Amino acid sequence: MSPALAVITDRTLTYQQKVAGLARVGESTESPLRIGPELRRYIDAGAICDLYEGSAPYRPRYIVPDYERFMSRGSAFLGLEPPRDIWEATAALLVLYRHVPSITTFPVYLGDIDALLQPFVADEAEARKAIGLFLLSIDRTINDSFCHADIGPDATAAGRLILELTREQKNAVPNLSLKYEAGRTPDDFAALAASVALEVAKPSFANHAMFGREFRDMGLGDYAIASCYNGLPKGGGSCTLVRLNLAKAAPLAAGLADFSSRVLPDVVARQLEYMDERVRFLVAESGFFESSFLVKEGLVRADRFSAMFGIVGLAECVNAFSGGARFGKSDEADALGLEIIERIAALVAAHRTPLLAANGGAYLLHAQVGIDDDRGVSPGCRIPIGEEPDLPEHILRSAPFHRFFPSGIGDVFAFEPTAKANPRHLLDIAKGALASGLRYFSAYAADADVVRITGYLVKRSEIERLGRGEQSLQDTTALGRNAVNNLGVLERRIRS
Amino acid sequence: MIPDPAAEDVVARGVVAKILPFSAVDGPGNRAVVFLQGCDFDCRYCHNPETRAACIHCGECVPACPARALSIAPGPGLVSWDPARCTGCGACVAACRHDSSPKARLMEPAEVLSALSRYRPFLSGITVTGGECGLQPEFLEALLRESRAAGLPGLVDTNGSADYAALPGLVEAAEGFMLDVKAWDEAEHRALTGVSNSAVIASLRFLLSVGKLSEVRTVVAPGLLDAEETVGGVSAIVAASGRAVRYKLIRFRPQGVRAAWRDIPTPDDATMASLAAIARGAGLRDVVVV
Repeated sequence: MSPALAVITDRTLTYQQKVAGLARVGESTESPLRIGPELRRYIDAGAICDLYEGSAPYRPRYIVPDYERFMSRGSAFLGLEPPRDIWEATAALLVLYRHVPSITTFPVYLGDIDALLQPFVADEAEARKAIGLFLLSIDRTINDSFCHADIGPDATAAGRLILELTREQKNAVPNLSLKYEAGRTPDDFAALAASVALEVAKPSFANHAMFGREFRDMGLGDYAIASCYNGLPKGGGSCTLVRLNLAKAAPLAAGLADFSSRVLPDVVARQLEYMDERVRFLVAESGFFESSFLVKEGLVRADRFSAMFGIVGLAECVNAFSGGARFGKSDEADALGLEIIERIAALVAAHRTPLLAANGGAYLLHAQVGIDDDRGVSPGCRIPIGEEPDLPEHILRSAPFHRFFPSGIGDVFAFEPTAKANPRHLLDIAKGALASGLRYFSAYAADADVVRITGYLVKRSEIERLGRGEQSLQDTTALGRNAVNNLGVLERRIRS
Repeated sequence: MIPDPAAEDVVARGVVAKILPFSAVDGPGNRAVVFLQGCDFDCRYCHNPETRAACIHCGECVPACPARALSIAPGPGLVSWDPARCTGCGACVAACRHDSSPKARLMEPAEVLSALSRYRPFLSGITVTGGECGLQPEFLEALLRESRAAGLPGLVDTNGSADYAALPGLVEAAEGFMLDVKAWDEAEHRALTGVSNSAVIASLRFLLSVGKLSEVRTVVAPGLLDAEETVGGVSAIVAASGRAVRYKLIRFRPQGVRAAWRDIPTPDDATMASLAAIARGAGLRDVVVV
């Protein structure tokens, strides 16, 4: 059966999922990218992977609109005046979301929604109703959980309502981050966030001081958390994300010395070449930046787009060269892991593309969480499921890797349901983790229906629905099901 | 140099059974838990019986260790434990016939705090428990003082057997106390623990009177203990004090208990809810079921 007909006749796909699937089939009929034989060999070996981004990129992978600008100016293209009350504000955002492209066809960033809505919170009961319907609309119409909203670092009435409604509605969409900063984010607000996380697997805690400092230092100013946990410049985004699968690169070397001196620099150079080519087509040929109203109205600016250099499978790569010592357990293995990441960071930082102004044309490192058909490949720099050390040890061993990845890295921890009785326990651990250098901390309770798969959220009940051959509203349910089967994500060590 | 008088004091040392860096269930927030060795109650449902008695260095655990982390030191013939080799499998305490453990160590407060220093950013405080930590009052007070000075206030988890009214320094050094009231009925308490509950009730009243009781707990084991009577008795006293104290009602769980008690059922939700209702009916606002 042809790929298009397979999509058309699939009983488990919704209409919207078929439309998106057919668009992918259509895109794949064009091959305008120049891919040389050396790069092709790495792609065929699985060492370099574009994460099904498509053969002819026609929109940036991740778009992070400047929603503040939209709220203050409205949109000429959409014929919208700036909103004046909570109903107009939530309606305006829902309208704009429909027109924000991304790799998933749905927006991957919804804004710092507490700060966006707070000016319109006049009557709390009315705001609760409006924000409740806003969140419900997001879950029912943005049917993909790589869709992310941010709150914090300051506590607001809108932020509290968002957290309380998140707990009540127990939806998988949107993904939610609390930008947390010690000394700024109040304890009671953060504790509310922790208690909600134990019910609905969100929000995660983003290290606001760390992200803020780095994005200032890169000259990029304000940042947002989008998609899984991707730190990106607000009013811009990322043109592409290509990943280096270190677990697949390791077997291409004759040993550690060969890996370090030959394979690693070569595969990094080829991935950079591939990213350059994807960026070139998007920027110079696709016409996105010349035609999109988002660009014309200044909701995104071309000079605020970078691209993400992903890595995955560090643990397996280190273990392949460590003679029995295990990443996450042995100091020597962890030191080798750090050495590999430092090396990659230096190679990536030395490369500039003239086509992108952001960060001087240098790409941003990203610890990629994997794709659903990965087997035996741990996300980013994570310690493999099944080998997780005790919680304090786990966090302290993971923290040194986080500073290398401004465009995202994170660890996920599953807690005993009894932790719900003491959300400050989780808050203390999250605070300690961020203070110890963790960039992004996610937690959930082992009995929750909404669970964090790798970076995105899926309902177990929806996975079961798909298992019965029924349709599931979110396209990410299928990814979650495969990740549960292939990566064992429900087998994470439970912390008591 | 002027001699520092404090430096000439004898440093209080205590027998520490183990240190747990993170705990969700030993007080508010995330707390490190310091277990002291030795207990004066012999609760039949004890969840960590290996913390009850001092090691007599009989050596029976040494051959039981699969990781060869135990040895008999030459000379005085004392059992020695190598933490670097230990895998935490529990074979040693399973082999011990004296309710003890070869892993208990004599430590100074500074050593305890040093073991916790890398976890400092993650902690709201420490909780000292046991065994029964009130049996080592000098060490307990010193540990609480040094921990507080290091920014980690300390809660005391106690069976209430110590006469805290006679230990004002210790009471002052503690952030608060968490007290187990196992049975209200004297005969029932004796049957469960081997001792009277009069000291426990006295501690309940005293700690309430000085505003140092943070939490009171009762373990619910249906059919063996009259939890209704105990919850009613405790709630009446707490309510009369006017203090805001959490009452935690804990389901009996078989994990870790001696073999004879493993078949006792865990109470159901309805049982726990009716006990919580008794406490709330007496006027307590903070009642937690775990």
